[in-house]
Amino acid sequence: MSESFDAIDRRIVNELQGGFPICERPYAEAAAGLGLDEDDLIARIGRLVADGRLSRFAPMFNAERLGGAVCLCGMAVPPDRFDAVAGQVNAHAEVAHNYAREHALNMWFVLASEDPARIETVAAQIEAETGLEVCRMPKLDEYYIGLRVEA
Amino acid sequence: MLDDLDRRIVAATQAGLPLVSRPYHAVAEKVGATPVDVMARLRRMLDAGIVRRIGAVPNHYALGVTANGMSVWDVADEKVADLGPRIGALDFVSHCYRRPRHPPQWPYNLFAMVHGRTRDEVLEKVATIATLLGPDDRAHEVLFSTRILKKTGLRIAA
Repeated sequence: MSESFDAIDRRIVNELQGGFPICERPYAEAAAGLGLDEDDLIARIGRLVADGRLSRFAPMFNAERLGGAVCLCGMAVPPDRFDAVAGQVNAHAEVAHNYAREHALNMWFVLASEDPARIETVAAQIEAETGLEVCRMPKLDEYYIGLRVEA
Repeated sequence: MLDDLDRRIVAATQAGLPLVSRPYHAVAEKVGATPVDVMARLRRMLDAGIVRRIGAVPNHYALGVTANGMSVWDVADEKVADLGPRIGALDFVSHCYRRPRHPPQWPYNLFAMVHGRTRDEVLEKVATIATLLGPDDRAHEVLFSTRILKKTGLRIAA
């Protein structure tokens, strides 16, 4: 990862998490708000994505509003198989993200699909492929989702 | 619901908006529509909440916000609807959900995600939640993440 990360990059990360304009030249408009020119903003976003500080610069879609479903899943993966199982899990396009966590349940991933029936199908496939139980933990109620502006 | 052109727009933008001066024009060319139509449809999807937002998706780890603690709580089922919103209202909680228990391995029914620069900072915030819950906190744990194994978000086909 590149070590260069300056105050302007920080403002891009903090201030452009939402509200990116929908217009003919949105980078130019967003750049003006940051005191940059369009080319500089485009180059900086490209660099932040390339060095991994941004996962992506894109519209974030809401799976449920697309008519789909999401489900958090936890797995207890033997440590000596961890990377291999991560590969098997991540190979499924429905796995939207996957985190290693310190617990007996040490792999936590989210299944997301436009087709709610795919959630159970993929969870069952992962169990068949890995021989490990997938603990399904669908959201039963939602108390808050904040837009975090950290960094 | 989405029609075929909406779906092509979603598929063409979900991994990243083109990094060019006129990104919606580039998308329009790719999906075979006019730029005006692409922009109108994205605006409609944003207004309808189908698009949550457009912009930078930070990787907390790469940015040094490395202590991501998933705090999980066992509270009485009949109290979770009262307690959940109180925890969700805390400014350091980014997500708060009720989820099913999986006893005996997993007795927890309330999840609150806490982010911080250090584990100690996260643990202090978790202690605040424990104080708020008082005797309603029958058991809790904090699961720290150690690695992102994948983070692509939802992918839909064109």
